[in-house]
Amino acid sequence: MNDPRPPAESIAFTVNGAPVAVRAAPATRLADLLRDELGLTGTKIGCNAGDCGSCTVLLDGRQVCACLTPVAQAGGRAVTTIEGLGRDGRLAPIQAAFHRHLGAQCGICTPGMILAAADLLARHPNPTEAQVQDGLGGVLCRCTGYRKIVEAVMDAAAHAPLPAAPPAGSALGARALKADGVAKVTGADRFGADGIPADALWLRVVRSPHARATFTLGDLDAVRRAHPGIEAILTAAHVPANGYGIYPDVKDQPVLAAGEVRYRGEAVLALVGSRAAVEALRDDALPIHWSVQSPVVGIDAAMAPGAALVQAAKPGNFLVEGQVRSGDTAAALRDCAAVAEGRFETSFVEHAYIEPEAGWARRTGDRVEIHVTTQTPFMDRDEVALVLGLRPEQVRIVPTACGGGFGGKLDLSVQPLVALAAWRLGRPVACVYTRPESMMATTKRHPARIHARFGADAQGRLQAVEFDALFNTGAYASWGPTVANRVPVHAMGPYRVANASTRGRAFLTNEPVAGAFRGFGVPQAAIAHEALMDDLAEQLGLDRLEIRRRNALRAGDTTCTGQRLEASCGLPQCLDALDPHWQAALADAAAFNARGGPVRRGVGIGCMWYGIGNTALSNPSSMRIGITPEGRVVFHNGCADIGQGTNTTMLQVVADAAGLPMEAIQWIAGDTDLTLDAGKSSASRQAFVSGKAAQLAGQDLRARVLAATGAAEPARISLEAGVLRATDAAGEHVLPLQGLPVNANGFVIEGTGRFDPPTTKLDAHGQGIPYATYAFAAQMAVVDVDTELGTVKPVRIVAAHDVGRALNPQQVEGQIHGGIAQGLGLALMEEYLAGRTENLHDYLIPSVGDVPPIEVILVEDREPLGPGGAKGVGEPALIPTPPAILGAIRHATGVQMRFVPVLPHRLRAALTGGGEPGPQEARPHP
Amino acid sequence: MSLYLRPESLNDALAALGRQPLTVLAGGTDFYPARVGRPVDESLLDISALAPLRGISETSDHWRLGAATTWTDVIEAPLPPLFQALRQAAREVGGVQIQNAGTLGGNVCNASPAADGVPALLALDARVELASRSGTRALPLADFITGPRRTARAADELLTAVLVPRHGLAARSRFAKLGARRYLVISIAMAAACLEWDTTGRVVSARVAVGACAPVARRLPALEAALAGRALGPALGEAVSEAHLAPLSPIDDVRADAAYRLDAAGTLLRRLLSTLGAEAAFP
Repeated sequence: MNDPRPPAESIAFTVNGAPVAVRAAPATRLADLLRDELGLTGTKIGCNAGDCGSCTVLLDGRQVCACLTPVAQAGGRAVTTIEGLGRDGRLAPIQAAFHRHLGAQCGICTPGMILAAADLLARHPNPTEAQVQDGLGGVLCRCTGYRKIVEAVMDAAAHAPLPAAPPAGSALGARALKADGVAKVTGADRFGADGIPADALWLRVVRSPHARATFTLGDLDAVRRAHPGIEAILTAAHVPANGYGIYPDVKDQPVLAAGEVRYRGEAVLALVGSRAAVEALRDDALPIHWSVQSPVVGIDAAMAPGAALVQAAKPGNFLVEGQVRSGDTAAALRDCAAVAEGRFETSFVEHAYIEPEAGWARRTGDRVEIHVTTQTPFMDRDEVALVLGLRPEQVRIVPTACGGGFGGKLDLSVQPLVALAAWRLGRPVACVYTRPESMMATTKRHPARIHARFGADAQGRLQAVEFDALFNTGAYASWGPTVANRVPVHAMGPYRVANASTRGRAFLTNEPVAGAFRGFGVPQAAIAHEALMDDLAEQLGLDRLEIRRRNALRAGDTTCTGQRLEASCGLPQCLDALDPHWQAALADAAAFNARGGPVRRGVGIGCMWYGIGNTALSNPSSMRIGITPEGRVVFHNGCADIGQGTNTTMLQVVADAAGLPMEAIQWIAGDTDLTLDAGKSSASRQAFVSGKAAQLAGQDLRARVLAATGAAEPARISLEAGVLRATDAAGEHVLPLQGLPVNANGFVIEGTGRFDPPTTKLDAHGQGIPYATYAFAAQMAVVDVDTELGTVKPVRIVAAHDVGRALNPQQVEGQIHGGIAQGLGLALMEEYLAGRTENLHDYLIPSVGDVPPIEVILVEDREPLGPGGAKGVGEPALIPTPPAILGAIRHATGVQMRFVPVLPHRLRAALTGGGEPGPQEARPHP
Repeated sequence: MSLYLRPESLNDALAALGRQPLTVLAGGTDFYPARVGRPVDESLLDISALAPLRGISETSDHWRLGAATTWTDVIEAPLPPLFQALRQAAREVGGVQIQNAGTLGGNVCNASPAADGVPALLALDARVELASRSGTRALPLADFITGPRRTARAADELLTAVLVPRHGLAARSRFAKLGARRYLVISIAMAAACLEWDTTGRVVSARVAVGACAPVARRLPALEAALAGRALGPALGEAVSEAHLAPLSPIDDVRADAAYRLDAAGTLLRRLLSTLGAEAAFP
């Protein structure tokens, strides 16, 4: 086939000060040229549409999106990429400031952010916050909530030195800089699309444009023959075991659809060949003969009698149910002094990590190796083995840096496709999702419809909770069962209540697969339980913080699953810490509103609890650390660092346990051939579960070192070339390492640790010990509501979190900031509509101008089981924010919004409609 | 095989346009987003090397803004208060990256109903200049944009400039944009207004336009008429009535519903005129 693109021309310009001359088609996006031809992969591609700014470079000193710049327009000009900022191996001041302030979490937006900042700082060396926001407004970040980025830019001119690493024995709890921070601020970190071999074939997935249809395929061999450069067209028939899924007994999602599609965006074919060939062969040129059917859309349609079945094996489109029952709820509700009742509804929410799914695979003999952005290396390994009909040991997952996950990279995406193609063709095969593809094909947060009743006595003590949630789980099970089981446990909120009847049910629809998303349904539930707590306070004339204090779970209380909480229940302390801010904010709002005008100020509060780790399931982590014959200490860390910082926090924990300084330890993260299984980066479990395993591994290593050297505690250990030294009260013990037997992991001394949090199964009434520990939090939001426009401007957030122990307070703050930003998005702007918001300009996530100042208060009510007392914070950070914002809107206006997101037109309609808008009234237009 | 032409003279550009259909490319900020995941395989005329198309100049009766003038050029140009609306709009076009690359001509020719630059240019009474091998013509912006993504540009024509007339009176303009987030947001509704007044502080003429509330941005002649003759000051906002919004015909989409857009347009206009009236009265 003739290449229709314009012919290559010679184009000369400078990159980072050095002249380059390239031959390229003049319309080639500069971002592609920088990455693919010049190897400057620090320039990231998040959307190819100018919506995210992650490809920002400087052109003659001005920030532009390299994805929107034709190479021809770079001719004769100066291009600066992230690789050009530092000099002589030293960080530029703005890079150092990002590193110092934790301006990078996952790091995928960091190069673009830093270049936007460099442009700004060249014009305004000491910018105001408003100038920083204007300068960085074109770059989206999904991890940080922007606050630490803004701090970093405002502090860049200070040229402050980087803090020293914490000394041995004091890493846990220190504000240690990210162990991979320099790689993130220099653009050197390699993400899913950054290390693709030059000889890799490219794989493009052909996806269904229909939500429900059957199809037949014509002569694909003829297509392949007619399109030189296309090496293979893979179909369902090529997949040895064409079903995968999170649960061992639910493998309902095909790698490639077999004659039937169940949601828009489902994978149908995989085109494999040269990149130019697979991109040029358009979907409408393929012989796919569709028979389109009316899709099942929404929970009502799924539950309707006689509804079409999304999956033939699932009668009534019913997937799963979870429940918790304690006491006699109906009787208790009858005796309550106040009963609050409400219906609430939430939308599909997109993870919108800035890095789209990407990876590549190669076959090595009878094994296949997959380099991929992921949250769960070992589960990926087992799932890929399953669909390829291989043993798990035949599959190796090498996680790349992960440019944000938030639950969305817990499900398979490119992994089985590139593995299948590489296995069959014997050549490396790569796949990088486009932004629209990432949005249409991958999982979402479950839309929820909740009906709940909360009853209290005259003193505001919660007596009974009745809670029924329906979840739209989309076309396949994914993590639907997790949501349906986790929500009933958490549905009453972090409160003591004797009588509860809570239930979660998930139904299949022909909509995007709803899977894991930061909180597994609990954020949706929190919107309901917190609104009803506000209702009870209003009915009883109680302060909203006070009613929560009266009900807050404390150590010694028993939960609705019958679990006695032994320790680490810090909600009362969180509320106490919040109280002065709450009182001051209420007074400030009253004064503000007394001045009149269309803008009304309101203050709201949200509380939450969150069980750490899998619900009533074993979820062990194992860690390993060893000493090589050369005297190097190497930590095999099985956690996938998805930006939350486990490359650093696990190192802090293991270093202290071993009694070594952090910088003395080299580390390998998440390679399934090299590390032990540390489970998934999900359920806020890594700090608690993997952290404990890391601590045990470090302690084990130390014990073995002492045994090998004959030293006794207290001792100090150190390593130098080939020699281990331990110094105790008796003096120095020296152990030469050369000549000691080396084990299969390359170690002469090795420590391992394993931790599986003690839980039990839940019985038919949801009774048991679903989690070994719980995180708690209370957040307060102040918002300004423009009552004439229906717009909501968050003014300030105060977040008090019981994290048990902050392994790294700076990282915990970063997690809280980022969670709050996502919670703000959920509350105010994020609504995924299949076919309509499959990009980052119709689907809105918060920008740098949308996240208000955040004050973080860390409460450290130590968890005896956790490493140093740590629990977890990743998901807890998001959960209280939406109810706090909704409560603030209600406080400002008197209107309780029960459908999120609260887009301006919905709030304005509620404000002018007279009466409370129920979810039905607030439904979006179809 | 398709073409990529990047001429340095306008004559060469117009000759090329006369020879074959070409897609015109300037800042690329609308071009590439429409081609995500697809190879660029059409023939292109890149006008970014046409020096005369970029920049702002002045004559005795109008300002001339070259079609390839970027939003950053507008922000940084020493323009009089008449242009405040355009400068404010320029700051709301995407992020700084888009402002550095995107052009006035591209914004106008892309003809999005939500084009941030168009309400301000309508309020400035702008005309567009179109050139072809057979000559040059100018027509009012309102006549140029004929519908969503449709313009009166012939296939062999190039939009070369936006012309803003001098009316010889004291003048000032203002722009407001409403979106669901602070940056990088497609407008739910926009409003722009320009007032010209006499030495006694009375409005001689007003031009008011609303964007994202109709297939194309619309002037509001009844409101303009109602403003004429009024005294400058914050009370100008009170001139807005529901009937003035009759030219608008908003739609429901993912950003807002039609009723809200109409309601919000009224609020934006009241606030805009109030502020603008005050600015003009007490500069």
